[in-house]
Amino acid sequence: MLINEFLLLGAVLFCIGVYGVIVRKNGVLVLMSIELILNSVNINLLAFALRHHGDVAGHVFALYIIAIAAAEVGVGLAIVLLIFRNRRSIALDELSEMKG
Amino acid sequence: MVAQNIAFGIIAAMMIVGAVRVVTTKNIVHAALWLVAVLGGAAAQYILLAAEFVAITQVLVYIGAVMVLFLFGTMLTRAKLGSERDLNNKSVAAGIVVALLLAGTLGYTLIDRYRAEKLPTNAPRVTTANISDSIFSTYSLPFWALSIVLTAAVIGAIVLARRD
Repeated sequence: MLINEFLLLGAVLFCIGVYGVIVRKNGVLVLMSIELILNSVNINLLAFALRHHGDVAGHVFALYIIAIAAAEVGVGLAIVLLIFRNRRSIALDELSEMKG
Repeated sequence: MVAQNIAFGIIAAMMIVGAVRVVTTKNIVHAALWLVAVLGGAAAQYILLAAEFVAITQVLVYIGAVMVLFLFGTMLTRAKLGSERDLNNKSVAAGIVVALLLAGTLGYTLIDRYRAEKLPTNAPRVTTANISDSIFSTYSLPFWALSIVLTAAVIGAIVLARRD
């Protein structure tokens, strides 16, 4: 297998995730796009771990990224719930209170 | 080798189709289900990359826990299930331009650098024992930091979501 197969797959997933973050208005869907981005990073890490003859650091940090992603989803969904409770909507482009 | 390449192609095509559906579908529950396809495909790719433990963790944490969180979030933030028109904002053109530029840049750099470099076929296996050894010795500082982040996230989520 070529290493570029995996790296290009990761790049494509990353770009699709970035598109989702830019285009989506619903808070839950933006979080799902962020999950796509984090997964593409994990594919890259493991591909390079194998390229460096089974370097264990890639595996360890892939696991750390999975844990961080779980924490991020927990806090993100709590924030989305809070926004929904206060505004009856989770359209992210209506949130302009922090604009100076 | 050929079998691995065929498996890679099938799974990669499934993942890309699923990812495109996640960012284009009009139904949030469908988006969550397509995301399951992408995450499962990623777990399969990890197995192709000889990372069994990460693949198992991916299935347990992402498909088991994170997807349940997403479905709960969907359930709690909308009265009715089903399609809804108002999921995208007005910057679709900007999103397409940014994504294509990014894909072009990344693709060009990767192809320029790694052309047809092969992954080693005789690499030593990374076992779960190796991974746990380095988590608790070489990389124990990030592990402690991660524990604190997880605790903070749990407390923060409770504080944010409680009703008073």
